[in-house]
This record gives sequence, structure tokens and C-alpha cells, in this order.
Amino acid sequence: MDIKEIQTIDHDVLVVGAGGAGIRAAIECAQLGLNTGMISKSLLGKAHTVMAEGGAAAAMGNVDKRDNWKIHFRDTMRGGKFLNQWRMAELHAQQAPDRVRELEEWGAVFDRTPDGLINQRNFGGHRYPRLAHVGDRTGLEIIRTLQDFCIHKGIATHMECTGLDLLLDSGRVAGLVGYWRETGRFVIFRTKAVIFATGGGGRAWQVTSNSWEYTGDGLGMAYRAGAELMDLEFTQFHPTGMMWPPSVKGTLVTEGVRGEGGVLLNNKGERFMFKYIPQRFAAETADTIEEAERWVKGDKNARRPPELLTRDVVARAIKKEVEEGRGSPHGGAFLDIASRRPADFIKKKLPSMYHQFKELAEVDITKEPMEVGPTLHYFMGGIRVDADTQATTVPGLFACGECSAGMHGANRLGGNSLSDLLVFGKLAGIGARDYVKNVSQGKIDEGQATAVIRNATAPLNREEGPNPYTVQEDLQKTMQQLVGLIRSAAELQKALSEIERIKKDIEKVKAHAAPQYNPGWNAAIDLNNLIVTAQAVAMAALAREESRGGHTRIDFEGEREEGLTYNVILNKDPNGKMQLRKEPRQTPPKHLADIAYAKIEDLERQNG
Amino acid sequence: MAERTFRVWRGDKTGGQFVEYKIEIDKGMVVLDAIHRIQEQKASDLACRWNCKAGKCGSCSMEINGKPKLGCMTRMNSFKEDEVITIKPLKTFPIIKDLVTDVSWNYEQNKRIAPLKLPPRPKDGKYRMYQRDADRVQEFRKCIECYLCQNVCHVLRDQHKKDKFVGPRFMIRLASLEMHPLDTEDRIEKIKNEYGSGYCNITKCCTDVCPEHIHITDNGIIPLKERVVDRFFDPIAILLHKIFGKKKSS
Repeated sequence: MDIKEIQTIDHDVLVVGAGGAGIRAAIECAQLGLNTGMISKSLLGKAHTVMAEGGAAAAMGNVDKRDNWKIHFRDTMRGGKFLNQWRMAELHAQQAPDRVRELEEWGAVFDRTPDGLINQRNFGGHRYPRLAHVGDRTGLEIIRTLQDFCIHKGIATHMECTGLDLLLDSGRVAGLVGYWRETGRFVIFRTKAVIFATGGGGRAWQVTSNSWEYTGDGLGMAYRAGAELMDLEFTQFHPTGMMWPPSVKGTLVTEGVRGEGGVLLNNKGERFMFKYIPQRFAAETADTIEEAERWVKGDKNARRPPELLTRDVVARAIKKEVEEGRGSPHGGAFLDIASRRPADFIKKKLPSMYHQFKELAEVDITKEPMEVGPTLHYFMGGIRVDADTQATTVPGLFACGECSAGMHGANRLGGNSLSDLLVFGKLAGIGARDYVKNVSQGKIDEGQATAVIRNATAPLNREEGPNPYTVQEDLQKTMQQLVGLIRSAAELQKALSEIERIKKDIEKVKAHAAPQYNPGWNAAIDLNNLIVTAQAVAMAALAREESRGGHTRIDFEGEREEGLTYNVILNKDPNGKMQLRKEPRQTPPKHLADIAYAKIEDLERQNG
Repeated sequence: MAERTFRVWRGDKTGGQFVEYKIEIDKGMVVLDAIHRIQEQKASDLACRWNCKAGKCGSCSMEINGKPKLGCMTRMNSFKEDEVITIKPLKTFPIIKDLVTDVSWNYEQNKRIAPLKLPPRPKDGKYRMYQRDADRVQEFRKCIECYLCQNVCHVLRDQHKKDKFVGPRFMIRLASLEMHPLDTEDRIEKIKNEYGSGYCNITKCCTDVCPEHIHITDNGIIPLKERVVDRFFDPIAILLHKIFGKKKSS
């Protein structure tokens, strides 16, 4: 193979991924005058952001004037079990309102308050109605707004182009090798900086809300380039995924159903969440149905219903009810809004949920309850980044959105992802610009590029080998059974040995036919990243001997004080093996610790 | 479990044919599940786009037994028990491979449309719009860009006038901008002269196939046609437009 025959495209910055974070980062780069490229595995506007339903959290105070950024920050830290990067949570809470208002300027039409302002809804873990939303299709509104805006900014959008690996020059980013799905041909992007916005790795599990794209590509590529990964043990199982029929098991049911007054019931008809209120949230959660009902009716003195506790708490509660024999027929819980709100209200506020259940499960949610259960939804962990610039530990590589770590700590609050991708997408663009202006284009090492391409074509060139779909299913079963919602040392160790076995299958995997638009071959390539992701999650989960947020150990119940003193960091050792260390956490800045541990009333008083 | 027969179009721009696959179908499956099962068991290189699998992303558009649909929202139990399921790619766009077509023309149309232009922010920094006004635009913004409407539009599908008419999807995009309560841009002249509003002859085929049930013709295209008529063919409106330069007629 002559490397000179490979197509080469030059950009100052290449953004990998075109979900909300990627497009927002690309817009920033282009507006700052950089020659900006963006690649995406799918067509523009189809990324997982479209699945975000509930809204974007931003303390604008349009519905409840008591809200302010400090309370949003406090909620985020408490939701993250205080393991968040303090500075990231601060930047996020401070900047989210401007990012949401900016979207409105770019064309987003959010639902309105009676005064004509952007309406905000209640959501799990948020003290006040805070989520700017459009019915239950907020993600679609946000990605379409970004998409429609970005096409006028001179960004070179390369659709259906998948990244394979970074190219380095003396340890810094010089480019990236990718391939076009349509032709199966390779392309080298020569760039000074690369921003990863590749999302999570939910496809490593059987029951997930994620689509085929979410194979941890950014994590895999960053890891192989020497970057550090962080907090991978924290995987969010969204409490309400669809349970039936089997083909849609895991598909997301928005938390907005509970935000709009929906309740969770077991097979005895009990609102079981009252039994699962953690001490930390007891003071701010209703402990009787009567009080919860008053809150739903708008009584500002009533405390929040326990159905709106953070996702980790609700997911574990559903699992417990099922284990103790109080589950729904397909092994979940009942989510009931039919008996609580009029049909017209449900159709107006939750139109896509109505549609989704009607068409896919033949359930009319205005008449009957939904069956729901935990589904792997989101990675709190990811590539380690600097809080202000989103720079990773590899010079020239930046990361934002779900593939980066730190903002959400041990558990993400619903609504904090759409705002995260806006805030940190922009900051990653600025970070990349500041980096790019001081560096020259690195040299492309032909040997590196050739090796990446050889590795990618290997599955097509083999005479025989395992089917990539079978290998993927094998890995998914392993992660589902052994690295699920509740974990133990014995199961995690078994998972790690299974992962080693599956690695050998991946080395031998065989894809049939030609490279042109070949999903089997594409799946074979994705396995290289999925396996890094799976191993990182399992290793980190084994190392953290406590239960915190999205990481629950049956052999180490409850939070341990020691757990707050470190973050789990993973990277590649000189021999190419994954190594783990516990990095001590810095003492939190005093001004932020004061807010995070403040009484809610003291923070409310700080508003005008 | 029951065995079902699928005829799936396989090929590329040079040509192709239907290939028959027999696979087991479980309760609750949709057509996209069947395609995935064919990929896993029979033809791993069968090309098909998909993402969300819940009718929200508009990736898996195809023609199923002659009807343009989303594969992920078409339940197997909507067919008769012995019915053979024939699956074809969208006809209106050039074939890439199997069920995947080149829809890039649509993305080019969007680039031609002038984006939203808002007046400066009020002093308190907060734009105001009322829900009843937002409702009108929000209907159009439900569009998931599946391009099923583009696929069935006679002007694009049968008359091949992609150079004359942007198609229902982008008429809806234009309607969402023109009817935005705060927008100040004027696109009416271009709607007539460049985007080809006159080519639509209101057969409502686009509305019939819209998986989001957007009233594309009644609420989007017809009001835009009326604005064009007001601007170009109503003498009083023409005069007022000349004097006041007022953009919006409603």
C-alpha cells in the first residue's frame, strides 16, 4: 500500500462526532476563524442527542425565582456524590443559562411560560423547575438548531466518516485516520488539534438506550494515543427503559414522565419509592403521599416526591422491588401517568412517549401504565480533561460531552447533559483555538498511518474467523451479567478474564464481502474500541471498593469516606497493558465547598 | 416464533436485484429488527441506516411493501401472517448500496435557506414569545428529517425537478422560519422564485407519509403559497409592501 495514494484533508481542527457537543465545538472553532472539519459516523442530525427528551438544565429562574447558579451547582455536586470536578460543575452551572439563551437566538423554540419566557420543568435531583424543554423532544430541538446554524458557518462536515486512530508527532496530535462508510476508503486528516465528542460506550451492554454508534470510539482512540481515562466505574443506568417487547428493551422513557407527575408502582400497586429515600436527601424529599401530591399541585412549601430522586437511587430501587418479587410481568416496575393526568395533558407534554408506546408496545399511556426498568444510558466517566480548556493529557487532543470525564462525578442529573454539551462544547472550541495558534502542523508518520489502515482491513483479508456480531453479543452478555447495576469483586474478576478471552476473538474476527457500506466490517472495527471501554469500566469498578452514584458494589455497600479522596485513572503502560491508579483529589476550593455544603435557604436568600 | 420471508433489494448504483431471506420472527418485532437479524445470520454486509430505533432520528427510511416507512416503527404484526415483506430503498435518491441512498441533496437545500434573524434582545436579555405562537412553529420543528415526504413528492420522485423545488421537508423548514414569532428575515420572494413553491400541486402525499403527523400541506405549504400570492398577485398588498416594506402578512 502506498500511503501517498490515500486521500488527505487539511484542517486546523477536526471535531470527531456530530452530536450536540461536537457541533457546538465546531461552531465555536469556526466562529474563532479556524479551518474546521467535523466527522460523524452517521448523517448530520442523527446522533444520540436526538434521544434526549427531558430538557437542558440551566438556572434561569424563569419559573421559580429562587433558583440561581449556586443552587444548580449544589444540586449537581450532590447528585454526583461530591466526586465531580468542582471547577467543571461551577463553569457548567454559571454558563448554562447563556448557552440556552444563545440557542434560542439560533432558532430553538422552547416551550413558554405564561409570560412568554422559556419554560422550565422539574426533574430528578434539581431543586427547582430548571429544564428548558420542548415537550419530550428537547434533544431533537437542540441538535436541529445546532445543525441548521452550523451549516452557515463554513464548517466542512464529513458525514458517515468514522475515526480509526490519532496520528501523533512526538507525542502531540498531528492528525487522524478515518474511513468513509460509503466507499470503505481511508482518509488522513492533517490537523493541529482534534476534539473528541464521540459520546459513550453503551453498546457494550445488552440493555442500553444507545444506538450502534456508541462503541466508546473516543475512549479507545484516546487510550491508544496515551491519554488518561477517568471515573469509568460510574455508568448511569437510567431507571426507566422500556421492558417490552424484547426488540426495544432498553429504549429510553423520559424522566419527564415523572417530572410531569408520573409515579412508580410495584405489582401490589404501592408507590415504593417512599421506602428508598437516602439520608442525604431526606430533608428535601416528601415522606408521605399527601405531601408529594401537594408538590405536584404546585405547593412551594411541599417537598419533592421520591420518584424524582437521582437516577442511581431510582434504578436500584426498581431492581430491589423486582428481586423481592414485586416486579411487573417483564421484570420491571410500572410507571403510571394515565391515572394522574388527563389524556390531553399527556399527549401535549409527552407526545413522543405516547407515540413510542403506542407504536412499539401497543400500550396507550393515557390509559394504562408503562412497564419500565434500568437501561445503560450514560457514561459519567471518560477521557480526563482540564476543566477550563477541555485539553486531555495528550497535547492537541481535546474532549467534550459524554466522552469526557469530571463534570458529573459519580452520577449525572437528568438535564445536565444537554447543558454540559453546550457549555463544554464551546469551551473545547476555545481551548483548541488557544492551543492551535501557538503550534505548527505536526508531521504525519507514514508508518503509523499504514499500521492503522492494515489493522482496519485485517478482518476483510482473513480467510476465516468469528462473526463480529457474535463477538459483540458475547461481550454484551458479559457486561450485562457481570458489570451491571449491582457489582461484586468475584463477578468483576470473572468479567476481566472473559474480556481477555474476547480480545483474542476480536483479533481473529472475520468480515465478509467488500468494504463498501458494510455494517459487518464496521462492527468488526468498532469492537477495538468497545473492548477498551469494557475493560476500563470493569477495572475501575473492581478498584472502587464502595458504592457511590452509578457504581454499586454488593460487597462494599454504602459510601466510604476514603472514596471521596481519589479518582480512578486508567492509561496504557509502556508494555501496552491497561494500568490503573488512584489519583488523590485536590481539596475543594473554599468558595465552592461553602456553596455545596450550604443550607438551601441560605443560597435562596442570595437572589436579588 | 414464526418463519417469515423477506425480499430485500441488494445492489448498488450499477444495478441489483431482490434477494430472499427466511428468518424467525419473535413477538413484538419491527421490520428493522428483522433486517438486523438478517445481518447477524445471513448477510452481514447488508447495508441499512439506523440509529435511535424509536422513531426519533429518521435514519431507517425505506419502502416496505410499496409504502414509504420507518423500519423501526413498522411492526411485523401489521402484516398478514403469510405476507412476504418486500423492502426497497427510497426511490427518489440515488442508490449507494442496498437500502442506503445518497440523501446529500437534502443537506444542500438547507444551506440555501436564510437562517433565523431575530431583533436585538430586549433590555432584560429575555426574548418573549407566547405558547400559542410557538405551537404553530413547534409542529414543523417536530420534523425528524426522514425524507419520506421528499421520497413521495411527485415533483421530486416522478418529475425529477430537484433543481426547481426544494421539496416538502424544506417548505416545512421555511414555514418554521417564516412563522417564527420573532423572525425578521424576508424569504417570500425566494420561496416563489428559487425554492419553487408553485411546483407543489397539493396532492398531500407528503402529509400522508409523515411519521410525525405534521400537516405539511395544510399548515405549512398552503400558508406559504398564500403569502406568495399576497406579495406578488394582490395589488393592495403589493402597494402596502412597497410603502411600508412590511415583511409579514399574518
